[in-house]
Amino acid sequence: MVFFVLKRLAQSVLVMLVVALIAFALFRYVGDPVNNMVGQDTTLEQREQLRDELGLNDAVFVQFGRFIGNAVQGNFGQSYRLREPVTDLLAQRFPATFELSVVSAILALAIGIPMGVYTALNRRSILSRSFMTLSLVGISLPTFLIGILLILIFGVILRWLPTFGRGDVVSIGGWTTGFLTKSGLESLIMPAITLAIFQMTLVVRLIRAEMLEVLRADYVKFARARGLTSRTINFSIALKNTLVPVMTIIGLQIGSIIAFAIITESVFQWPGMGLLFIQAIQNVDIPVMAAYLLLIAFIFVVINLVVDVLYFVVDPRLRVQGR
Amino acid sequence: MKRWFTTGALALTMMAGQAQAETFSWAYQGDVQSLDPHGLNETFTLGFLGNVYEGLTTYDAKLELQPLLATEWENTDPTHWRFKLRENVTFHNGNPFTADDVIFSWNRGKTPGSDMKGYSAKISDIKKVDDHTIEVTTPTPNAILPRDLTLFYIMDKEWSEENKAGEATSPKDANGASSFAASHENGTGPFIVVSRQPDVKTTFKLYDGYWNKELKSNVTDVVFTPISEDATRTAALLSGNLDMVYPVPIQDWPRLEGAQGVKVLNAPDVRTVFLGMDQFRDELLYSSVKGKNPLKDKRVREAMAHAIDLGAINQKVMRGAANPTGLLIGPQVNGYNEELGKPYDYDADAAKKLLADAGYPDGFELGMDCPNNRYVNDELICRAVATYLARIGIKIELNAQPKSTYFAKVSPQSGNDTSFYMLGWTPTTVDADNALFNLVHSFGKESGAGQFNYGHYSNPEIDGLITQIQNETDQAKRQDLINQAFKLLKDDVGYLPVHQQPLSWGVRDTVEVQQRADDVLDFRNVMMK
Repeated sequence: MVFFVLKRLAQSVLVMLVVALIAFALFRYVGDPVNNMVGQDTTLEQREQLRDELGLNDAVFVQFGRFIGNAVQGNFGQSYRLREPVTDLLAQRFPATFELSVVSAILALAIGIPMGVYTALNRRSILSRSFMTLSLVGISLPTFLIGILLILIFGVILRWLPTFGRGDVVSIGGWTTGFLTKSGLESLIMPAITLAIFQMTLVVRLIRAEMLEVLRADYVKFARARGLTSRTINFSIALKNTLVPVMTIIGLQIGSIIAFAIITESVFQWPGMGLLFIQAIQNVDIPVMAAYLLLIAFIFVVINLVVDVLYFVVDPRLRVQGR
Repeated sequence: MKRWFTTGALALTMMAGQAQAETFSWAYQGDVQSLDPHGLNETFTLGFLGNVYEGLTTYDAKLELQPLLATEWENTDPTHWRFKLRENVTFHNGNPFTADDVIFSWNRGKTPGSDMKGYSAKISDIKKVDDHTIEVTTPTPNAILPRDLTLFYIMDKEWSEENKAGEATSPKDANGASSFAASHENGTGPFIVVSRQPDVKTTFKLYDGYWNKELKSNVTDVVFTPISEDATRTAALLSGNLDMVYPVPIQDWPRLEGAQGVKVLNAPDVRTVFLGMDQFRDELLYSSVKGKNPLKDKRVREAMAHAIDLGAINQKVMRGAANPTGLLIGPQVNGYNEELGKPYDYDADAAKKLLADAGYPDGFELGMDCPNNRYVNDELICRAVATYLARIGIKIELNAQPKSTYFAKVSPQSGNDTSFYMLGWTPTTVDADNALFNLVHSFGKESGAGQFNYGHYSNPEIDGLITQIQNETDQAKRQDLINQAFKLLKDDVGYLPVHQQPLSWGVRDTVEVQQRADDVLDFRNVMMK
């Protein structure tokens, strides 16, 4: 087990290297950062000098090598746009993204799983059908549009909730949290719902499909034949067996909640890493883009690892093989 | 319960007795890169910092030159100026403002990290006559030196040296000794930065030791939030969360006009948008014409000028708020001439004839580069231009791209890789010379002239006039030279000016703000009702 975890962590280094290399190969197509770093009166010569000093004239492999060399020492450089060390920026922004993602994931699971189970067990009820129709709407509407609609209804028309930002935050040992203030919590509601809707609908459909599959299995029929209560059958047997494939998908989805909070964050001007990243793209802020992509690659690898470990917990058969 | 009530009432009475606190909250599409006044020479950054720092001179709400830290000045001989400095001015930390601070700031502007080197270079020496008088020497006669100094902000010598901020913050070094001034300020301006989280929030409060006690504004606190998404910015205004947001996309104007309690301010921007053409290659990079460059033929350029209906573009794309023009500078700019400012006539038949005379009766194909997130409705304008040119047979292959890739492609670093392009220009000095020197003067890599003349338009006669304009200190003669230069350019059809774009500020009715044509929000011009 320990060996397995270590092996996966070693593989993750490889994944991150590949991600960084691809990223660096693509940066040359994003544009020229220097134009955003100087004013219009700056001479060509000064621009060229700056480009040279930043190492932008070097070959991709040289730039990549230098980046990896520094990254190994924990130095990710300085943001071209905000002129602060990238690690500081990411550390400042991480709490915002993390809190938003966690709340969204909890929302998606807490609402999605019961809805999925219900629709699988009561396939023909009107409520199930309306759940399914709603989930179709949720899965089809782009996140951007959902965010804007919420802002329009609850921000502009009803004026119940703030339309942008994170409200007042409390700083606890370098971690800023919006959970402790009224405006912080109010500000969290709309972005969290926006981010959760897609995941939630996905969970509903996934649980339903898997559950229907499992309910047809022989061991469920056998359990019924044994005269077990349907409660035991549905939740202890069917739901548990549903969870294995669902977990893989949900694990990856949590990764994508963090990674793709970008759109939600930019709609709500939520000061997280996604917003930092999208602004980095617009301004060709190479150090920020590189560090962000590495971090996201790392998060995905870790989540995959956690999911794999959870298999052992949920599925006893794997434990037997593992020995 | 009763006691509680009395205490509450007492608190209320006390609050009413205090001077009224007026908080002004606003949003812009981006944040400043740093608080260093010499770090980035860009309009929004310098405009933002102009509330905190001050220069010797300034522009008022109508872009008229006004004294600020200097009270009066005199051009003693063509290359010498004497400035009288304002007395009883203090920096935010209480240090007095003196001639030493001016000299220090000028030197700081020359340090490697500075993006204001061009401004420092306009002065070759500053001598301190006494604490509040300086004598400035310019390398060449310069009639508009006081205009050149509006955005050159003065820092406190002592404070900067104490905090190792004697050199301008460079975009390169992360933990460099000079980065203190990037996150802290100590200006002489009316507002103090109280807190700042880059990209998230910056708060200001009124500096009670500000020298000008007759400040028009009644604002005491300011909260600034950058909001990058257009729709979110507009919503923040409509929801009542903010007092002012800008820029508002033109397509959102009807929503603001239909909403209660908000309005759009859309005076013309000093920025002029125009189209440039490759006039130096012997064969265009992006065209069906091989072996020659049709854009070198004046008749072709003239045909293009007459083929584009600027009035219709204004009505359809800009909701009638732009100001179609025939000049590269707007009416607010020193040196503007109304006669030359008239656009080329729209006359498609004449255009067709000119094109046929030039040997292209069936037209030709031409590639066009256009930014899609730089100017107001930039891509839409380019598409409209393409439609008009197609009517006379010039088929445009449009390449609309984000500004980062666009500027990397069309700027001199890639050898001006374009045949036909769109650009906008705001003369930072609000003077014609800045536009002539950067856009019209022949391109010279060493001289620094014509850096933004991406199509390498070249007319030696205009080059000569520009040198004369720069050295002429008599304003009437200078204006005459400027007119001559622009007349030659217009006759040559060196550029195809499009329009001055409109500014677009969304403001609550409870706020009264004067809109500066260079898109600068000066808190001094804000009144809360």
